[in-house]
Amino acid sequence: MLSSTRVSATSLGRRAGTSYLRRSLRLLARIPSAWIGTAIVGLLVAVALAGPAAAPYDPFHISAADKLRPPSPVHWFGTDDLGRDLLSRVLTGARISLAVGVVVLVLAMVLGVGLGLIAGYWGGWMDEVIMRTTDVFLAFPRLVLAIAIAATLGPGLSNSVVAIALSWWPWYTRLVRGQLLSLREQEYVLAAVSLGAGRPRILMRHLLPNVGTTVVIQASIDIGFAILASASLSFIGLGAQPPTPEWGAIIAQARSYMVDAWWYPTFPGLAIFLAVLGFNLLGNAVRDAFDPRLRSVT
Amino acid sequence: MAAYALRRLALIPPLLIGVSLLLFILTHLIPADPAKLIAGEHAGAEQVAAVRHAFGLDRPLPEQYLVYIARLARGNLGVSMLTNAPVLGDLLQYFPATIELTAAAMLLTVVLGVPLGILSAVRSGSTIDLLAQVLSVSGLSFPIFFFGILLQLIFVRNLGWFPLSGRLAITAIPPHHITGLYVIDSLLTGNAGDLGSALSHLALPSLSLALTSLAPTVRITRSTMLEALSQDYIRTAWAKGLVSSRVFVHHGLRNALIPVVTVLGLYTSGLLGGVFLVELIFDWPGVGLYSVNAITAFDYSAIMGTSLLLTLTFVLVNLGVDLLYAVIDPRIRY
Repeated sequence: MLSSTRVSATSLGRRAGTSYLRRSLRLLARIPSAWIGTAIVGLLVAVALAGPAAAPYDPFHISAADKLRPPSPVHWFGTDDLGRDLLSRVLTGARISLAVGVVVLVLAMVLGVGLGLIAGYWGGWMDEVIMRTTDVFLAFPRLVLAIAIAATLGPGLSNSVVAIALSWWPWYTRLVRGQLLSLREQEYVLAAVSLGAGRPRILMRHLLPNVGTTVVIQASIDIGFAILASASLSFIGLGAQPPTPEWGAIIAQARSYMVDAWWYPTFPGLAIFLAVLGFNLLGNAVRDAFDPRLRSVT
Repeated sequence: MAAYALRRLALIPPLLIGVSLLLFILTHLIPADPAKLIAGEHAGAEQVAAVRHAFGLDRPLPEQYLVYIARLARGNLGVSMLTNAPVLGDLLQYFPATIELTAAAMLLTVVLGVPLGILSAVRSGSTIDLLAQVLSVSGLSFPIFFFGILLQLIFVRNLGWFPLSGRLAITAIPPHHITGLYVIDSLLTGNAGDLGSALSHLALPSLSLALTSLAPTVRITRSTMLEALSQDYIRTAWAKGLVSSRVFVHHGLRNALIPVVTVLGLYTSGLLGGVFLVELIFDWPGVGLYSVNAITAFDYSAIMGTSLLLTLTFVLVNLGVDLLYAVIDPRIRY
């Protein structure tokens, strides 16, 4: 193990990268929760890809005769107040939640990493302006800022996605900037500079790949929470609007009927829990495998 | 210490100016024209223009910001369109309920989370440890609004142990207003009936709200306690022949508490955000419920006022947490 580390560190960059990836993946495979997480996320992705094809019934089909039926062999998750099949609605909702999680993270990462690279590498007044801006954003409790922005933009799924992304980017900016501050003092950067490499080349070829790992690790942990935040906004009426089968929105509608129909809020709630749990288990395992230094911190 | 506290306090005004600027930008970049919104749907162009002039919305943005911040400095947060009353007055009326809920959740987090974390560290590898870890991962992934609904289904609908919603039984007369926190006020006035009612109404909402901070608290207490227990001074303590409770509490816990305080500071953010969800579910008359009701009425002054209040609370709690470090850990010198 020790000798292979030494070899990979001194051999060519490309080969070292592969062996790092392989070693981390091997480590990842040894973490039991990684397998549980992968299984749940895999199931979620499969259901999301299948979309309406996975649903036994039309998730929008209203049937007054079938309203608020308890779970049965015909309707596994029961039906809602309009007689719609809950299993079909929960399965269709997987696609929405997964898409929301991914889009929130991509938006937050593009904005956050970009600004973090600028702040950390160029420094000076730009660093000052960017970091003071993150201070202001981080002064807000996370969900409070997302709610304020979403309320301003108006209710709707895409607005709530933008609102969550706008309240999350500063975390990535801080992460990237902090990493860059120590990375740019590294000897290999000095070596690149003395070989005459320009700023863009150093940034893209030498710094970004090193920051990239940390960002991806953080993103794999955050995606579950992005799904959770979006469901929360939908629950208070700022996200997806009925009749969209978004899990948080379904629970919001279910509140008026929960005393007579326990299944109505319960199954979409379990779906959120399972999706977030899957991503959390996988994210934590990825962090442990790829970055042992971060182990057991938070 | 005093110098550090002053320096930290001095950083707060610029931060609040930034916060107010962000909220100002939000309120003035609303896609819908606020003047049209105020004038009403059927107002003509002239009326809208009159409203725009009356509210100063036709002046340059920097000037509007100065007017806005001058109003804020005087405590004028605007008038709520929903209650038709000044937002500041509304917030002051509803805030004690939110403080009571958040404080109770914080208390539950410490009272349940820290002992559970210590127990799983001391009995590392045992069934209790495994159970505590499974619970803390699940707790972090559980949507608190769904948790609140589950608690209502189980403890209200099925078992009937707790009331469904509100702060007091409908028949009860609220205790004499001293702090606005019903539990404290009923204690101070010796009103046992109100105290019981207030506590039973508080139980489920505070447990729901505590969920997100409980899980990480268990996890961090466990890992820092494990780390503290592997230190040399713990070996020394054992070698001195101290009883295990003294080793764990006096030598281990004190050193494990520092990161726990950090986490409590960090998760205040989660608690203050969760207030919107929990107050909605349990019909808890705090600023969160006030604000959620304002959303559906497009009542921006109320929403922005609530955001400002919760952010100010968050900033002050963080200051308090930083100062608390120095008290717990004498090695920290600012």
